[in-house]
Amino acid sequence: MRAQYDKEHFRQHSLPTPFHPRLAELSQGSSWHCWKGHLSPAYFENVELEYFAIRNACSVMDLSPMCKYRIRGQDAEAFFDRMVTRDMSKLKPGRVGYSVWCNDQGKVIDDGTIFRFAEHDYRLCAYERQYEWLKISAAGFEVDITEQTEEIAALTVQGPTSFAVLNKMDLPGLETLKPFGIMHFPYHGGELMVSRTGFTADLGYELWVEASKALTLWDELFEAGRHHGIRAIGTDALDIARVEAGFIQAADDFTPANHTIRKDHDRSPFEIGLGWLVNLEKPNFTGRKALIREKEKGSRYRLVKLDIDGNKPAHASYIFHDRKKLAGAVTSAVWSPTCKQNIALASLEVAADHPLDDLWAEVYYQRELHWNRVWLRCRVQDKPFWNPPRRRATPPGLF
Amino acid sequence: MNSYDAIVIGAGHNGLTNAAYLAKSGLKVLIVERNPYIGGASVSRELHEGWIYTNCSYVSSLLRPEIYRDLNLAKHGLQVVPFGGGVTLTQSGDYLGSYSNDEARRREYARHSLHDADALDRFSTDVMRYCRFIRPFLLRTPADPTSFRPRDLSELFFLGKKLYELGEEELYEFIRFFTMSIAEFLDEYFECELVKAALSGSGLIGTALGPYSPGTAYVLLHHYMGDIDGNVGEWGLARGGMGSIAKALAGALQEHGGEIRTGAPVAQIRVRNARTKGVVLEGGEEIDAPIVVSNLDAKRTFLTIMDPKDLPDEVLERARNFKITGSSGKLNIALDGRPEFPQLPAGCPLLKGDLHITENFEQLERGYDDWKNGTWSKWPYVDMMIPTLTDPTMAPPGKHMMSIFVQHCPATLADGGWTPDKREAFGQTVIDAIATFSPNFKDLILHTEIRTPHEIEAEVGLTAGNIFQGDLSFDQLMFNRPFPGYAQYRGPVKGMYMCGSTTHPGGGVSAAPGTNAAREILADLGRKNITPEDFGDD
Repeated sequence: MRAQYDKEHFRQHSLPTPFHPRLAELSQGSSWHCWKGHLSPAYFENVELEYFAIRNACSVMDLSPMCKYRIRGQDAEAFFDRMVTRDMSKLKPGRVGYSVWCNDQGKVIDDGTIFRFAEHDYRLCAYERQYEWLKISAAGFEVDITEQTEEIAALTVQGPTSFAVLNKMDLPGLETLKPFGIMHFPYHGGELMVSRTGFTADLGYELWVEASKALTLWDELFEAGRHHGIRAIGTDALDIARVEAGFIQAADDFTPANHTIRKDHDRSPFEIGLGWLVNLEKPNFTGRKALIREKEKGSRYRLVKLDIDGNKPAHASYIFHDRKKLAGAVTSAVWSPTCKQNIALASLEVAADHPLDDLWAEVYYQRELHWNRVWLRCRVQDKPFWNPPRRRATPPGLF
Repeated sequence: MNSYDAIVIGAGHNGLTNAAYLAKSGLKVLIVERNPYIGGASVSRELHEGWIYTNCSYVSSLLRPEIYRDLNLAKHGLQVVPFGGGVTLTQSGDYLGSYSNDEARRREYARHSLHDADALDRFSTDVMRYCRFIRPFLLRTPADPTSFRPRDLSELFFLGKKLYELGEEELYEFIRFFTMSIAEFLDEYFECELVKAALSGSGLIGTALGPYSPGTAYVLLHHYMGDIDGNVGEWGLARGGMGSIAKALAGALQEHGGEIRTGAPVAQIRVRNARTKGVVLEGGEEIDAPIVVSNLDAKRTFLTIMDPKDLPDEVLERARNFKITGSSGKLNIALDGRPEFPQLPAGCPLLKGDLHITENFEQLERGYDDWKNGTWSKWPYVDMMIPTLTDPTMAPPGKHMMSIFVQHCPATLADGGWTPDKREAFGQTVIDAIATFSPNFKDLILHTEIRTPHEIEAEVGLTAGNIFQGDLSFDQLMFNRPFPGYAQYRGPVKGMYMCGSTTHPGGGVSAAPGTNAAREILADLGRKNITPEDFGDD
């Protein structure tokens, strides 16, 4: 398969997404960054205000740069079951499943969501490009794999009023859609797919249309949201929400195995808190033997959610036992504006049974170019920092 | 007074480096050079008025930054400028660009194969793992695996540690890698012929082998293990041509009181009572020194400037058997304007990089077949550059210089030796091939320097015109380079040393062999080591 790029493509570092004209109109800060080859704003106006759109009203973020692959064929279920760590026979048509997939050494290649449209028809959304890995994994399976990143435009619509907004868009039956469900609606001669998914641990949906309908969708969505606090957000605001949700991000909280150069810098699913996605009962999947071995021998690392004293975000901080022995390092840290907590995800290099009751973060922060250092007490949290019931309520609230 | 602490033979970049370190340590050092100019294969000459050619080596990546900094090469006028990217042109009118912008590079690969665009990440990760393994060894003397001296044991332990750090899976792969062909290695990642051909060039440059020959995978690594400012694998141009590197090293040597004599060909290394005494020049002049360092290749050193009676039979036999195969030529062309390559879009930055015209393994292997048949490749692998698009110092404004490295050109031809007519015919083959992509190319040519292996041997002094001073095959690397038992820069006669690319870590303008040899010489003299350790990139 070849991509259909014009030879003149080199004149731009990153390519515009189908929503670019609208993003460009709103972008005040010129905060464009490159998200897998596409122009993506880190923020439009103000990260804090955009964050509160997620938790207070309705946020809209362009999700189009997500790497998207269509997998069709009679072996599609068996193919996914062989590739990913979780039991794919349990994912029914019309449902979405989150999973990770590993190499033969049981190290995580990437994580992503798998959309099952029909018996033999799936879409995979991944952070990293996966076409080659899908081709490698497809050996012996009757499946057809197509790259769809450019042809499908996507928006993530998150926040307590997100249903109220979509409810104005003539999407009959949407109120019955449960978390991780998918519905399809006719849309201007094409199709709009809505999934009740997101990266925020809040009420929210993701909208998927063919690229040519992107601007229509944007305009209709913002018209529908006019009285419901709809607001376009950049990736920075989402990053705060996802840490509150306790969600990990590839390349931030772990390095995908195919990009890991140094020994032991990769991670198994157990080591990034995704052991719950690993079904060792499955007779065969990529990495199974290595993961069984790891289960017996113990893991090298563990990923923890930390509630940290004070209000200085522990960006890239070392974590110590008893302020003395190095335990690991923070991978993501934010001040949670909703929980009013100083929170972080950290990767610790300690045995599973090692007590974690005396952890400290060594936090450096700057005030007018003067550096200060504080020791902040950390408490390991098992649950997400933010997980409101409205996230799951079906029918969802109108707020 | 015609007496020195040390004499270095050959003012190529390794000789100059070695001499500079010896001088910096306080020794009275003389470097003698056969040619009326310095530089060896790291040389810039004005052969057409107003145009500076980078006559032999033409790009820089391997030059160790530790040495660059240590010898103050910037102060002595050296600047290495990355050029970024490159392109392979196809006869169908398409091309594969390797843009320095990574997203454009990815799209360009995806334009040919989506699979290969992804695979490039996996390939780069694996090659980078091997580079990380090998880079710390560039500025280390190879351990002798048969020795129990504490230093050899500690170096062997270091080797073991680095192998362990590769990880289990990678260790298997790495061992395979050393004996694989570049075609087999690339086949494990890529599906598109053009992608594979474009990436395989680094496995063939300077090597008398084809893409399917075992051992060519390592040659690729040899071209990836350098860096520019920490960007491993990146290549650049020395401003003013590669002669600027020699000039800067000469500046460092002179700063520390070293002397340079050009036009001074050495007839023999003098040995008395199994000890080195100095050299005798071809005119008969004798110069004394208890230390003589040869920057010539092992064949030339032991078979032409040493008396066989002074050498162990084993060394003579090893030198006779040393593999130093001629396989490449070079064209340097003064152009009256900028050559057009209409299949590239206007303003495309790829023209500033290295340009190639071989688009599949078949062509590359046929090029090697021609070499085996005793003739030059009829559709050659060329690595061509227009340095003047980056470096303003090499031609008048608006004019250009083109440097064309040509692979698969034998040292001797099936129908006898090289003659001026055959040299012209070789040059014409290359020019005709390039002209199929550039309609105005031939009309712009003002002057051409054509160098077959014959000229490279005769003018630079590299046996058979081998650019690496000895094949980079696994049997001639690390503690076996140039020969088993002689990899620690010491020759078989007390006081005699080797410092050229014929020693570890081999060819390329790295200055590492010259530095490593200086470290050993200083150790033998009981002097403090002043050669740099590697930066220890992790």
